[in-house]
Amino acid sequence: MMAFLRLLARNRLALVGGVMLSLVVLLALVTPLLPLAPPNVTATGDRFLPPFSEGALLGTDHLGRDLLSRLLWGTRLSLAVGFAAAIVAATLGAAIGIIAGFYGGRTDNVIMRGVDMLMAFPYILLALAIVAALGPGLFNALIAVAAVNVPFFARNIRGITVGIAHKEFVDAARLSGMSNARIILTEILPNVIPVIVIAMSTTIGWMILETAGLSFLGLGSQPPVADLGSMLGEARSALITNPHTSVVPGVMILIIVMSINLLGDGIRDALDPRLKSGALSRPMAATRVDRQGAVPAATGAGLLEVRGLETQFHVKDRVYRAVGGVDLAVKPGECLGIIGESGSGKSVTALSVMGLVASPPGIVTGGAAYYDGDDLIGAPYARLRAMRGRNVAYIFQDPQATLHPLYRVGDQLIEAMQVHQPVSNSAARAKALALLRDVRIPNAEQRLSDYPHEMSGGMRQRVGIAMALANDPEVIIADEPTTALDVTVQAQVLSLLDDLRRSRGLAIVFITHDFGVVAQLCDRVAVMYAGRIVEEGTTREILEMPRHPYTARLMACVPELGQGKRKLASIPGLPPVVDRLPPGCAFADRCPKAQPVCREGDIPLDGEGMRRVRCLFPETGLREVAE
Amino acid sequence: MTAALQLTGLSKTFPVGRKLFGGASGRVKAVHPITLTVEQGETLGIVGESGCGKSTLARMLVGLLTPTEGRIEIEGAALDTADPAEFGKRIQYVFQDPISSLNPRKTVRQIMEAPLKLLHGMDRAERGRRIAEIFDSVNLREEFLDRYPHEFSGGQAQRIGIARALAAQARILILDEPVSALDVSVQAQVLNLLADLKREFDLTYLFISHDLAVVEAVSDRIAVLYFGSVVEIGPAEQIFSAPRHPYTRLLADSAPVVGRPLTEPEAKGTELPDPLNPPPGCAFAARCPRATEVCRDNVPPLEPDAGAGAAACFHPLAE
Repeated sequence: MMAFLRLLARNRLALVGGVMLSLVVLLALVTPLLPLAPPNVTATGDRFLPPFSEGALLGTDHLGRDLLSRLLWGTRLSLAVGFAAAIVAATLGAAIGIIAGFYGGRTDNVIMRGVDMLMAFPYILLALAIVAALGPGLFNALIAVAAVNVPFFARNIRGITVGIAHKEFVDAARLSGMSNARIILTEILPNVIPVIVIAMSTTIGWMILETAGLSFLGLGSQPPVADLGSMLGEARSALITNPHTSVVPGVMILIIVMSINLLGDGIRDALDPRLKSGALSRPMAATRVDRQGAVPAATGAGLLEVRGLETQFHVKDRVYRAVGGVDLAVKPGECLGIIGESGSGKSVTALSVMGLVASPPGIVTGGAAYYDGDDLIGAPYARLRAMRGRNVAYIFQDPQATLHPLYRVGDQLIEAMQVHQPVSNSAARAKALALLRDVRIPNAEQRLSDYPHEMSGGMRQRVGIAMALANDPEVIIADEPTTALDVTVQAQVLSLLDDLRRSRGLAIVFITHDFGVVAQLCDRVAVMYAGRIVEEGTTREILEMPRHPYTARLMACVPELGQGKRKLASIPGLPPVVDRLPPGCAFADRCPKAQPVCREGDIPLDGEGMRRVRCLFPETGLREVAE
Repeated sequence: MTAALQLTGLSKTFPVGRKLFGGASGRVKAVHPITLTVEQGETLGIVGESGCGKSTLARMLVGLLTPTEGRIEIEGAALDTADPAEFGKRIQYVFQDPISSLNPRKTVRQIMEAPLKLLHGMDRAERGRRIAEIFDSVNLREEFLDRYPHEFSGGQAQRIGIARALAAQARILILDEPVSALDVSVQAQVLNLLADLKREFDLTYLFISHDLAVVEAVSDRIAVLYFGSVVEIGPAEQIFSAPRHPYTRLLADSAPVVGRPLTEPEAKGTELPDPLNPPPGCAFAARCPRATEVCRDNVPPLEPDAGAGAAACFHPLAE
């Protein structure tokens, strides 16, 4: 709640709206206590006094009634009716929406078609019809305005409820013995309330306007009682001769509706989870770079060489050191595996190379990424863009999310090529066809005109690979490309990647958490933990004799096929959070061999050549782990 | 001894595609009739790839879906009500995604109290005592009770999910991919916890997963599902080392194993048959290297072999 208020207060306009609205509401509340002239007593001798006259600060109307008094009493009434209509509409609409969304099927159909019919009438016509049926009067106007707004709430809330009703926690509640009514009240409603509040905050101003509109037409508040609409209506005939009688209620309506809308937008921005997660704060086209200290030089160790890379996420006042100094190199035709658990920084390392880490909050704070000797970190966006996909291509975990759902896969492949090369449509099409055949998609010709949703997960990932290959890149960075796939499909995708790197001399950086996959595909492996490489070497060396206790224990955790039922080894505790990394070894707290010296200073990645380990007391053999 | 769980001809058919006025234009058989017995104290593993019907089967077993045909017996008593609360006392479910199975707007205590209060009608003091006991057995600290789900890591949240299932005092747990959303090092912690709980409370597990190695490590017997049918069932230590059904062998050969060279186990397409237009015979025939005429026209029955297993294949692989 406090966080919400703080978020709201940060939005200046919303703050202004909030302050203005509070003032108006406060004035309306204290109106009966103020020493005002009676609002409904006519004094025809004093008609149309101009503002700032004696005894009438805002002047008087055509019957000589004090405008200030009428304005405040009218505001009071208009606000009360507007808020009441909003609450009635929100309650009814939400109830209808939740019931339709929760029960679904026929209930949903019947209710929502009814709501649709209500929506099919122009609102003012509907309101007029309701008032005509019930007779004029403020209470009937309230009913009309509420009824007209029910469909808006019902449709909004139904949509949200449908999403929530299929969540697993609702199933879990059923299994806990909850009845449908209880599920609606305790599981669904608390999750829907923010949406109701958002919808209310953005429509309440509209409802006040509608009420004023009905009163203006003489269907709302009845003389002599004033509300803002009826004041406007009565002033209409004197619009030219005595404009102040219209301006006074008009300005008040403007103030109220403006302040409610500003505040409403602020509430929506502060409450809407999509906006909170930063979905609307557009990330920059390339990751921000703010390198401290000297940039390490290239050593020519590979086609792609990462040196001392540091990437951080700055969220509020916290600094998450996602990548804390990583060195990597990969040669043409080579496959380097990066293995680690979630949060180890393996994906951020890969994304940093081409400036694909979202900024904000990501910042590259140190190191370099050399492609063929040129540093990519901090390279101008135009250069990065020319290289993305052309020289270094990515394959991501979820092909469903990386392919555009509304374009045919063939068109997406062709677009990927034409961005980088001036090829004709027909040439690009021929190449796209060849690519789909290369990744062994059956009936490639027909598949070109498929939409992504028409393909299976394995097929989509093949399209993802084909797209990565579209511009004949030299380096492919594959971030868990088979994690979302079934084992039989995974085996095919892996062998496809293996063939491609051998036939095309591709350098592959393969990110995974699966030792089995690494063992089958990669030449060398780097193991990451808490943002740093803790061990690297050839796949064989690492798998046969892991030297870092983390690697050894992680491998022991992985069940391997063909060993039958057994107790599995596990690592106690959790990985450290990267905004509070301990000094010294990040694994020390979970390590059975940790000594006080492990926690003292930075531990270097030591070793000979490509076989290095970041540990003061490395393992000497597998036996030790097993015991 | 009566079986913990006995399924007889259990099947589920979904109507798909709606015409303008009522009626469905097609039907999809998500689960073909399955007959299966799970013994008391056993862990039965269920493996299969996406779309094979394993989640539909699991949801029927806990009453979240009504079976189209067939019956479910728990400890000898038939359950034919479609009331999840009635199921809830005897059979519980642990969900795949630990975070989304906990209501983000409730504290852990509120989540834990629901089954105790609603299924067992315990009073406040009794509930508190029971929750403390359960939290102790899943290695969670009691101070977690007043926090909200988003404050927990995946592994902790999954323990809360397990604790909730235990609170219902059901003796059978359906574990639907309980560790596939967890990191490897945490996965082992949860699997070992499950093994300990099983011993402590004499539970029966149905362990559903796509990860063959995990299933093999925790199960006594394993059933392999393909396109909604059990194609093979057998003891865990044999089923992947000596598969009888060609699909089981394909699965075993596809799993990445350290030290085995990378080969493509299958050259043909891996698409599942079209569920709207299922093949008349064996669903695997189109991918099967051993398929003959008889496979394409007839559905092979699940027949017991010489050992403890059974396979639905006209041309099973020899030992």
